[in-house]
Amino acid sequence: MPAPLLELKSVSKSWPGVRALDKIDFSLERGEVHALVGENGAGKSTMIKILTGAIHADEGQIILDGQSYAGFSIKQAQNLGIGAIYQELNLIPNLSIAENIFFGREFRKHGLVDFARMHAEAGTILARMGFKLDTRARVGSLGTAWEQVVEIAMAVSKNIRILIMDEPTAPLSTDEVTKLFELIRRLKTEGVSIIYISHRLEELYEICDRVTVFRDGTRIETLPIGEAEKGRLISLMVGRPLLNQYPPRIPVPSASPTILEAEGLRSGKLKDVSLKLRRGEILGLAGLVGAGRTEVVRAIYGADRRSGGRVRKNGKEISIASPLDAIRQGIVLLPEERKSQGLFLNLSVSDNMVFPNLRKYRRLAMLNAKSIRQDVLGMIDSLRIKTSSERNRVLFLSGGNQQKVIIARWMLMEADVIIFDEPTRGIDVGAKFEIYTLMNKLKSEGKSLIVISSDMQELIGISDRLYVMCNGRMKGELVGQDIDQERILRLAADFSDETDGPGVSGSMEGVAAR
Amino acid sequence: MKSKNSIDMKEFALFFFFLLLCVFFSIFASGFLRPTNLLNVARQVSIIGIVSVGMTIVILTGGIDLSVGAIVGVAATGAAFLMINLKLPIALSAVIGILLGGAIGLLNGIMVAKFNIPPLITTLATMTSFRGVSYIITKGIPIYGFDDSFAILGQGYVGPIPIPVIIMLAVFLLGSLMLGRTRFGRHVYGLGGNEEAARLAGLDIGKIKLMVFAISGLLAGFAGIVLLSRLMTGAPTLGTGFEMDVITAVVLGGVSIAGGEGKLRGVIIGVLIMGVLSNGMIIMSLDENYQWLVRGFVLALAVGFDRNSKRTRN
Ligand SMILES: Nc1ncnc2c1ncn2[C@@H]1O[C@H](COP(=O)(O)OP(=O)(O)OP(=O)(O)O)[C@@H](O)[C@H]1O
Ligand SMILES: [Mg+2]
Repeated sequence: MPAPLLELKSVSKSWPGVRALDKIDFSLERGEVHALVGENGAGKSTMIKILTGAIHADEGQIILDGQSYAGFSIKQAQNLGIGAIYQELNLIPNLSIAENIFFGREFRKHGLVDFARMHAEAGTILARMGFKLDTRARVGSLGTAWEQVVEIAMAVSKNIRILIMDEPTAPLSTDEVTKLFELIRRLKTEGVSIIYISHRLEELYEICDRVTVFRDGTRIETLPIGEAEKGRLISLMVGRPLLNQYPPRIPVPSASPTILEAEGLRSGKLKDVSLKLRRGEILGLAGLVGAGRTEVVRAIYGADRRSGGRVRKNGKEISIASPLDAIRQGIVLLPEERKSQGLFLNLSVSDNMVFPNLRKYRRLAMLNAKSIRQDVLGMIDSLRIKTSSERNRVLFLSGGNQQKVIIARWMLMEADVIIFDEPTRGIDVGAKFEIYTLMNKLKSEGKSLIVISSDMQELIGISDRLYVMCNGRMKGELVGQDIDQERILRLAADFSDETDGPGVSGSMEGVAAR
Repeated sequence: MKSKNSIDMKEFALFFFFLLLCVFFSIFASGFLRPTNLLNVARQVSIIGIVSVGMTIVILTGGIDLSVGAIVGVAATGAAFLMINLKLPIALSAVIGILLGGAIGLLNGIMVAKFNIPPLITTLATMTSFRGVSYIITKGIPIYGFDDSFAILGQGYVGPIPIPVIIMLAVFLLGSLMLGRTRFGRHVYGLGGNEEAARLAGLDIGKIKLMVFAISGLLAGFAGIVLLSRLMTGAPTLGTGFEMDVITAVVLGGVSIAGGEGKLRGVIIGVLIMGVLSNGMIIMSLDENYQWLVRGFVLALAVGFDRNSKRTRN
């Protein structure tokens, strides 16, 4: 058997207070797609950062092409043909798409940057991936999904032999995911080896050859994908069998009154949307990316200006012109793009959790440190947030654990309507279950939840009632036992041809021209 | 493409504001429009202009350089000391003066890049110490007695155009070319836009920081020599307070203090606005105290505008 292309031998890495990697062994064959899975904070991103030279291992060896290294510098890793798409987007917002793709490797002519060639080549690379974007557009003006596309283009534009992807599909919709998988298959036939990290386990069966499971910084197992049945993977990841993915549903009392009612909402994208939310209910909003789900909740929350419609709470009409109004009315929204819209990376886990609810902890003119600590530790425990202490800065948490901190903040909010936009994106299976459990708890306390998710199974698993949206309209309502995949898909499918949003079938060109 | 338009809009608005100011003064300040006066304005701003190119480059990376005024002082008094006290040749003294500026810039760069001291603190420190050095060099007394031939740099003309103005334009042109069309220039923008991304792209961040401060120091040194030649006096106070005028001009010109955004095209207009504003107010013989008020107000106006055009972009 030929030696593998890349091998890690007994690689370790510690951060203050955490052993992120503990004597990891890992191998990658030529042309293999090797998945890496594990709970949030298991050490996946740490391993790939060591491979790209972004950080250095404390001990261990990396063997590439039979040569042994203690570690790489960033430049060295690049020259050896290792490319990566990091979990956090690493683009430069003020530069164009083409400049981002070739940043640090600009073409030159007579000592000056050759922009014409750069744009031409960037266009070619994107086209080969199946996307058409204006390469002169500034990256900061694109949405997250398109930024991810640029990031992927950046990685494959290099002469790579090993491509590492850390949760590449998190911000993508089905359409773009399909294109990404095509790209991965093509790269594979070209002999490129891929390390693929994802919390969406279903994806692995489409593209991967082998799976390695990490837990708490150690490698637990490496399996051929054929032997890695989902239940088995999950129990390897969390260290115990996870019998159910969803907690049992608590029925909504039939006498439960309507707490929130929106009627005839209109805005740029919304065309006459109405919805009702009952007390103690989890209401799902399903639909394809671009169907207008986020727009509905943003309109209710006062984050976007609406051109028409009314919102009633407890039967009384309320006027919401800004998020502040909404919060005063007891309505809060966990936004979709959390990194930019919610975290204070330099503050502690505790501060981040209680920041907007400080009023709740006020005692006389001071803050009640004891009750803050109690709530925060409770959240760290129930969401299984991996952090050395509640005073640890959020900056030092793994991507998924940062997400959990924001979720915790929303769970602690004193509100009776809580809206979650994509609450479990980037979160591991075990923690998802805990989030659902917490949602159920909120529900039984008489709070009402609206949940938007691209994960249809999740919506089916937790919603008491569900609306399906399509093209800015409510296409239908499903209740209780009627909620199933087939019905949702039928309602969500777009049979008209008015596609007016990014991500909606084949409207790639639309975005770039924005 | 919306983003691009809004930037063009911004530059256009700045230019429009500049024209408006000129129209205002040509009506209310008699003699403002006379060519000799306009050239005079250009000559007056040339020193600030040269320094502002270096400052722009530093600010684009997300840094700041408060030491430029002190560097102007050290370069000028240093060269004066060499020429008069040590009787070294003029050209050699001037070059050493400029290199002295570059060396101080390099020192800034080392403190920022190697020792991770924030630029604000680093340059605040060098600003203070090197102002002291100017006093040490001159023993607190202005140096006089330069050879007349030295005056050409700061007082000479090519045709009707003052030489300092030509120097300033050349510096702006070269700076523009560097920022817009060389790899180094694009890396400056990239570093200011997202430092971590630039690092992960394999750039030597430290080297870029070192370079930008060195460039800023060199240009400030150069400006110091031009200033010395214009005044023919090596006073230890030369360049005092320049940093504020320069930063004002740069910010006025649309460069974001957070880094990554802005062009020298805009900065030259910012510099000219500053020049026209003081010239016009002097002609109108506005009380000096009110001049400060107006200047501050204009800055707030311009930055407020900058912020708002940014908001529409998102
Ligand atoms: N810069 C840092 N400083 C301190 N601790 C860190 C740092 N980066 C990561 N860690 C810690 O190392 C551990 C592993 O983190 P890592 O990012 O590798 O997890 P991960 O498996 O990628 O998780 P996720 O699925 O959430 O992305 C975590 O406990 C994290 O808090
Ligand atoms: Mg990670």
